[in-house]
Amino acid sequence: MSGPNTDYDPVEVTPLKAEQVEAMREAALTAIAQAGSLDQLKQVRLDHAGDRSPLALANREIRALPPQARKEAGQRVGPARGAVSRALTERQAALEEEHEARILVEEAVDVTLPWDRLPVGARHPVTTLSERIADVFVAMGWEVAEGPVVEAEWLNFDALNLGPDHPARTMQDTFWMDPAENRVVLRTHTSPVQARTMLTRRPPIYVVCPGRVFRTDPYDATHSPVFHQVEGLVVDEGITMAHLKGTLDHFAASMFGDGITTRFRPSYFPFTEPSAEVDLICFVCRGVDSEECRTCRGEGWIEWGGCGVVNPRVLVACGVDPDRYTGFAFGMGIDRTLMFRHGVEDLRDVFEGDVRFTSAFGTEI
Amino acid sequence: MRAPVSWIREYAALPADLSSTDLAARLTALGLKLEALEEAGGDITGPLVIGRVLGFDDEPQKNGKTIRWCQVDVGSANGNGKPQGIVCGASNFEVGDLVVVVLPGGVLPGGFEISARKTYGHVSSGMICSARELGLGDDHDGILVLGPDAGESGDDAFEALHLREDVLEFEINPDRAYALSLRGVARDAALGFDVSFTDPAERSTPAPNDNGYPVVVDAADGCPVFVTRTITGFDASAPTPTWLSRRLQLAGMRPISLAVDVTNYVMLELGQPIHGYDRDRLSGPIRVRRASAGERLRTLDGVDRELSTEDLLITDDTGPIGLAGVMGGETTELSGSTSSVVIEAAYFDPVSVFRTERRHKLPSEASKRFERGVDPRLPEAAADRVVELLVSLGGATVEDGVTKVGEPPAPTRVTMPADLPARLTGMPIDAATAVAHLREVGCEVSLAPAEGAEVLDAVVPSWRPDLTDPFDLVEEVARIVGYDGIPSVLPSAPSGTGLTTTQALRRRVGRTLAGAGFVEVVSFPFVGTAAFDALGLPAGDDRRVSMRIANALSAEQPFMTTTLLPGLLEAAARNGGRGQGDLALFETATVTLPRGGPAAPILPVDRAPTEGEWDDLQKSLPDQPWHLAVVLTGERERSGWWGPGRRATWSDALEAMRAVASALGVELSVRSAGRAPWHPGRCAELSLGDVLVGHAGELHPKVCAAYGLPPRSAAAEVDLDVLLQHATEPVGPRLSSFPVAKTDVALVVPEQVAAADVAASLREGAGELVESVRLFDVYTGEQIGEGRKSLAFSLRLRAPDRTLTEEEVAAARRAAVDLARDRHDAEQRT
Ligand SMILES: [Zn+2]
Repeated sequence: MSGPNTDYDPVEVTPLKAEQVEAMREAALTAIAQAGSLDQLKQVRLDHAGDRSPLALANREIRALPPQARKEAGQRVGPARGAVSRALTERQAALEEEHEARILVEEAVDVTLPWDRLPVGARHPVTTLSERIADVFVAMGWEVAEGPVVEAEWLNFDALNLGPDHPARTMQDTFWMDPAENRVVLRTHTSPVQARTMLTRRPPIYVVCPGRVFRTDPYDATHSPVFHQVEGLVVDEGITMAHLKGTLDHFAASMFGDGITTRFRPSYFPFTEPSAEVDLICFVCRGVDSEECRTCRGEGWIEWGGCGVVNPRVLVACGVDPDRYTGFAFGMGIDRTLMFRHGVEDLRDVFEGDVRFTSAFGTEI
Repeated sequence: MRAPVSWIREYAALPADLSSTDLAARLTALGLKLEALEEAGGDITGPLVIGRVLGFDDEPQKNGKTIRWCQVDVGSANGNGKPQGIVCGASNFEVGDLVVVVLPGGVLPGGFEISARKTYGHVSSGMICSARELGLGDDHDGILVLGPDAGESGDDAFEALHLREDVLEFEINPDRAYALSLRGVARDAALGFDVSFTDPAERSTPAPNDNGYPVVVDAADGCPVFVTRTITGFDASAPTPTWLSRRLQLAGMRPISLAVDVTNYVMLELGQPIHGYDRDRLSGPIRVRRASAGERLRTLDGVDRELSTEDLLITDDTGPIGLAGVMGGETTELSGSTSSVVIEAAYFDPVSVFRTERRHKLPSEASKRFERGVDPRLPEAAADRVVELLVSLGGATVEDGVTKVGEPPAPTRVTMPADLPARLTGMPIDAATAVAHLREVGCEVSLAPAEGAEVLDAVVPSWRPDLTDPFDLVEEVARIVGYDGIPSVLPSAPSGTGLTTTQALRRRVGRTLAGAGFVEVVSFPFVGTAAFDALGLPAGDDRRVSMRIANALSAEQPFMTTTLLPGLLEAAARNGGRGQGDLALFETATVTLPRGGPAAPILPVDRAPTEGEWDDLQKSLPDQPWHLAVVLTGERERSGWWGPGRRATWSDALEAMRAVASALGVELSVRSAGRAPWHPGRCAELSLGDVLVGHAGELHPKVCAAYGLPPRSAAAEVDLDVLLQHATEPVGPRLSSFPVAKTDVALVVPEQVAAADVAASLREGAGELVESVRLFDVYTGEQIGEGRKSLAFSLRLRAPDRTLTEEEVAAARRAAVDLARDRHDAEQRT
């Protein structure tokens, strides 16, 4: 049945009979349904919808029919081919779907395999805690002041009302740079930064000074010759202890949570008068049923630092008019705060550089 | 300061039902900070009674010991009134002695329960106690034998021995010298509970006369007041009564002998240190003067001391007999044979005592009080109190001579606006409240009207040398009103400008490195020569010029470090020793670079420094720039189930520095260099233009060995301040939407030519069309030839306004290659 049909006799054209077209359709649909893979379907497509497939040939023969018969035959062959084509498309989609699903199943991996190829960095908690503290104050409009650790004796002591014979000079035993006659020390507190600030800026002054300080303390679980402090200083008109209390309460709540406030106890610091020690309500037990609390050791309060009204003698030495301005200052240990805030038990962990320690704190605190 | 509560109550009429806890809390709120509340004797349970030894039999035992089977009268304390049979191991008592007996059912310290038990063939119904067993000191040589007046058989021994007592231990701040006495503690306790206070120093004393022991004061500045009294006929063997020795013991002092105990007792009671001299060992008048050069004194602690001309001395005709206010000498010490005592009660200058005490490292109970400031009006009363006790307890007779040289300084007067307490504390404290509280602490106060606030005028009591300024008075008022009443008000600061650029950038550097997998270290800035040697720094290296700490904690590390590497390498080694060998560490900190400045001036404090003074002060300090350093050891990327890892190399140290530079918007130029502690062939010098920033590379094998680090560990150190100074703000790039033209160039150059230089030449040669030049391969081998290497670069070219033609790309490439050839003897590899 190749080539144009020259034998113009419609009766002779058996493939165009209705039963035959139906049979071709059925055969094609059955083959499509039975195709189990994309490869098989490809063959089925060739066999039943390709150029040489029965239906294609039948279609071609339509042209040989007389005009009236063409229409009739066309109405039989056309839908049959359409049905086969649709079936092919559907089956193709279904098989592709199946194929993809199988590949995805085959590509499954053990997702529990560990992946620690790239090292994870961390910043030291003293750094991040200092930053967090600074941020509390920066958010209130304060600024962060800095100064050198190798400092002039006058700024570390005299300017802060610690005269040459002040007993406090032995209280905080000092590292002296050699020769001692040069009167240069390792700063024993961050307070010289306060003095520097007053000497180089005009009030109003609202600064916080985190930094490294030194005392000739032995090195053990709770002492270190090198440690970190943060101090705050405000010098402005009309400043009172109430402002100091408000500031420290806000600081406490920012660092330890809502409702954590401070308590003042009278104390003594040469650079402040009146002076107070600052206690923090224990942020773990909140002072309730404290007996078992390990953070405050049953006290309900945690000793946090010292504070007070800036001694007018300090204002005078730092060029601030004590009749016009008053101020307050406070200071606390950053390492100590880190220890009780994060349950660090040995201060030496802070300075040993053990990556297990630092890594535990990540990049923010 | 340890204060037995009964002693406080002797002067302060505290409510009977006031608990020691509440008393301690109130005193803490007043500024006497409680260290500990000790319940002395609380670990003993009765029955504990006084017993009289009626008789005993000494019974030698097979083990060589002799025990005493004693019959002890304990009155009706045992319920039947019959003598109690007790076995005792001691033999330091006689029939008729009063002893302390714990009866069955009692418990001694350490939970030691007493029961009737069979021992040495007897049923011992109780125990005769030693002083140590009762917590009354260390005496364990025998049992405690009480004086004949201690009580009657069957009396409760708790009371007789003053066994049970609450003791408050305070940490006394340096300004509260008055609280180093029961007089001072009780005064605060009384005002704290608003009850009456009986001043133990208030007593009538005989007027000074010329009959007392002769005293000459040559150094009135150091010794404004010197009082002596003399007693004779003192019985040196008289025992110290139990109540007195018990109080001393509770207050933390060891009873020694009656005369010494009395002087200590009066010191605790009033705060006035007392010194007693054996009059028979004094020769000639007492003279108070400064030491002469080369003079020596053997103090009571047996140390022979060379004196300074600043030391204030007590002397007699034989020379120095005491360091005034600090410690007495051996020659005139009270002894077991002393019968006449010259009692010294003086007021010494606090600064003089402080300096002497510090010079000779001789802290004592006396110097502790003198250096903080003793009440200068106290000597007469204190000496009189000592006389009273020695006469009544030691059978002495007082001589009528009373020596007093000098007068106490005039009282301090402080005036202030009466509203100052309110203005400073933020509490509503009116003038009347301020006046009342200042009177409670002992001030004589008056109010005078003035323009604005009334003026408060206070004459400060002699025992409060700390009250010199208005703000001191404010603290007194505030602590009595109570710090708990201070309101909480947040001040409103003017708008700030946030972190400075430098501060923000320093944070950025840390975050960058942490993001790149580095872990931050904070190390001590102390260093020693050994570290410089371990780094292999040559003799003339600038980093060996460091500042020495005069009193360094460790003789091995007496310098302030000039480089962060020693601390970082030690931290790396420490981690390695703990099994963490794959490390990327960094530290940012200041280093100390001496610049040989002048001595720092000590400036006046009654005004701000002048500009010149301020400059001089700044010049006296060393440079203290911030540095950044990193160290890498072991694997930079770990090996694992995915395959092999990658060991850190010199290039990782450089990459870290490039990452930091990039975060700061600067580009480091890299040159080959040779500097310790780096490998001489693997050290890069990093700079910004002409400015040297630092170095990076592989550590010298000897340095790795010296620190115990894995071979080929890498490190870098840069001056962070310089980097930050050059930091730039990012500029938004103009993104060309025309296509990129990529072309690769392989150049063969002599081995010593730096890749960075070749890249720079390519960039320069290709001109403004270059978007980037990236080295993607380095190759050496036979095909290249001895002494040469092949560098393969990919160039990306792009124009902002057009698609580049092939001719343009070829021209740019050719220009790039030409420049590289001219500069670096580069041949194109084909
Ligand atoms: Zn707690």
